[in-house]
Amino acid sequence: MSTIYFVKKGLDIKLIGEAEKTIVDLDAKRFAVKPPDFIGCFPKMLVKEGDPVKAGTPLFFDKYRENILFTAPVSGKFVELKRGAKRKILELIIESDGKHESIDFGKADIASLDKAAVTEKLLKSGVWPLIRQRPYSIIANPDDAPKSIFVSAFDSSPLAPDYDLMLKGKEKEFQAGLDVLTRLTAGNVHLNVHKDLNGSDLFTNAKNVQVNTFAGPHPSGNVSVHISRVDPINKGDVVWYVDAQDVAVIGKLFLTGEYDSSRVVALTGSEVMKPKYYRAHIGANITNMVVNNINGDNNRFISGNVLTGTKIESDGFIGFYDSQITVIPEGDYYEFFGWALPGFGKWSFSKTFPAWLSPNKKYRLDTNLHGGERAFVVTGLYEKVFPFDIYPMQLMKAMLVEDIDLMENLGVYEIDAEDFALCEVIDPSKINMQEIVRNGLEMMRKEMS
Amino acid sequence: MKALRKFIDKQKPHFEKGGKFHWLGSTFEGIETFLFVPNTVTTKGAHIRDAIDMKRVMTVVIIATLPALIFGMWNAGYQHFLSLGQTADFWQNLGYGAMKIVPIIIVSYAVGLGIEFYFAQIKGHEINEGYLVTGMLIPLIVPPDIPLWILAVAVAFAVIFGKEVFGGTGMNVVNPALIARAFLFFAYPGDMSGDKVWIAEKADTYSGATPLGNALVGNFDHFHSFTDMFMGFIPGSVGETSTLMILIGAVVLLATGIASWRIMLSVFAGGYIMGLLFNWWGANQYMELPAYYHLVMGGFAFGAVFMATDPVTSAQTQRGKWIYGFLIGMIAVLIRVFNPAYPEGMMLAILLLNVFAPLIDHYVIESNIKKRLKRLKVVANS
Repeated sequence: MSTIYFVKKGLDIKLIGEAEKTIVDLDAKRFAVKPPDFIGCFPKMLVKEGDPVKAGTPLFFDKYRENILFTAPVSGKFVELKRGAKRKILELIIESDGKHESIDFGKADIASLDKAAVTEKLLKSGVWPLIRQRPYSIIANPDDAPKSIFVSAFDSSPLAPDYDLMLKGKEKEFQAGLDVLTRLTAGNVHLNVHKDLNGSDLFTNAKNVQVNTFAGPHPSGNVSVHISRVDPINKGDVVWYVDAQDVAVIGKLFLTGEYDSSRVVALTGSEVMKPKYYRAHIGANITNMVVNNINGDNNRFISGNVLTGTKIESDGFIGFYDSQITVIPEGDYYEFFGWALPGFGKWSFSKTFPAWLSPNKKYRLDTNLHGGERAFVVTGLYEKVFPFDIYPMQLMKAMLVEDIDLMENLGVYEIDAEDFALCEVIDPSKINMQEIVRNGLEMMRKEMS
Repeated sequence: MKALRKFIDKQKPHFEKGGKFHWLGSTFEGIETFLFVPNTVTTKGAHIRDAIDMKRVMTVVIIATLPALIFGMWNAGYQHFLSLGQTADFWQNLGYGAMKIVPIIIVSYAVGLGIEFYFAQIKGHEINEGYLVTGMLIPLIVPPDIPLWILAVAVAFAVIFGKEVFGGTGMNVVNPALIARAFLFFAYPGDMSGDKVWIAEKADTYSGATPLGNALVGNFDHFHSFTDMFMGFIPGSVGETSTLMILIGAVVLLATGIASWRIMLSVFAGGYIMGLLFNWWGANQYMELPAYYHLVMGGFAFGAVFMATDPVTSAQTQRGKWIYGFLIGMIAVLIRVFNPAYPEGMMLAILLLNVFAPLIDHYVIESNIKKRLKRLKVVANS
């Protein structure tokens, strides 16, 4: 049995709306690739509106790293290019022909391939962007030699999807994907599972990888936590990481030569009438999931979870790296003396509300900020949900004053914005910490490149 | 509530940019958010947020001070009638104390909040809640007989030079309530020290010396009993006398997790250990005073629970908090016993450590940085 890494500091926020463990097919007509999903990517278009595409047809490339291609997840027609302010490209919308045909990238015997051959195939098919790197959480640089590769087989965030269920029946592809990853690094491929959240032998029986078991509350599923416990990043190190579902996509590419972007997505959240799993594809439109399946009409649709997800419209698209859609009520209401009344039924990590008396209660939380933004005042609070040997407030202050050396000394390479999500949630000063950290990381990346 | 909400919504445009009262925007906003938690929703980062906000945090601290405040009012009356040799019942004591202390609270809040509102207005900021606590702490650390105009000057000084010049709540270096007290102490020593000020309108013939005052001059014959000092039946600043009431406040602060138990515990430990060291040395009668007496005398307990734990001005790292608290306790007792000019050392000890807290943090964080660099070197050498 592998060693168990206990994560003590953290917090499981218990919400209503966990997905029922059944999978149905999602009938989606439209799909989108959203360049803002890729941090630091500046898209240069390769197709025009109206062009027919197959799964694997290049749509655009990154201006700064021209070898990284982004391809269509399904076959059909590229119908619309959506731009935002300053003509920033927001969405490339593809209308599916329902056939899910892929360009043939050729079968391959994984064991006989070297790193260059594996990399080339992944780049050409557009599967490469599924592999990301730490630090900075950007798409991995094909020329780097990562010291290890991390695969997360669980998600510890609120209402997180069940990986055992999502990968059921994809055993062969998953193992093949792991084998592919072993070709990419001289170090280990680490497969990380959770003591309670994973029960399937799909993961524990995986070969050619090191299986690490984690235990404890969120953020025990965050990649930074895994890396910090198993193989900490030092200055100059690069570690790659891939989501377990995407490992199966990689595996299938080598087994059959197809880019099959299929992905199981969990529809969750308190406002969903029937939360369950859907068999979908990367970038699928969510309309058919949510139509006639949502309570009320003032809701927030999130691609991802409530801590780190992206706000989308009710007819929006699933993000490239997401396998969860969450629907919670908007909180745009006034509350008379909300801060002063006892506040029964309200959720709070602090013990200033009676919520701590019922620790197992599940909550229906909305998007109200519950206060106004203030300067940093409380201390010692963030550390309770931040399981790193890092001073979170001091690091954020270093980011705010743009002190590159201090950020480096305080461990900026070891963290990502998502690691600050819990600090942000429980913060009485209502500071947007993930934004501070994201900006800090981007500043660091630009400074170091 | 709906009618009130409607009224506010109707008035709101006048106070926004371009409205005729836009120069009162922050004030309006302050009143609005006092009445109603705003309808702001999350736009960036996590989509859900904790129900707690700064107002809630500050409210809990104010609630924690209430036992000490109410006891302080009663005790002001009790000491007054005691000095006159009269007996009074509970309500007479409390009523007399309230007459003395409620005006102090009103002046403290009126002057302090007025300045806060003014600064928020000229900076175009939302109003910070920090003064809600400071405004309550200041009345608790002054004598009940303090002239109100002196108090007003001290509050203004503390808010402007202790806080606003640094950028407001969260940016200040030293505790503003203690700045106010230090200002009073050094600018108006006649109204802040000696034997005359600690009992409101006392009879001239009655000795109004606090235990600390007695101890400093070596008057151990008429010393208050430990029980009196613990319960608080002694002259002193309004909120500092009853260690029991302060401990009730401490329970509130610790149970809600608002204040740091590390700081509280280490302040008491530091004071006690310093007391023990003096016992062991035993060069004079004051040094031989049982060490635990120090914890209930003067402002020690109040400082430990309400002043040293201020998160903005205390050390911010966990290990730093232990060091910070321990040194406050030690230095407070050191000043008491050794310094002939100042009977009480708590205020000065906290102010001193407020100034040194960033330095303590610096060294704690430095050790974290060194650990990281060491890990890098181990990898590089292997």
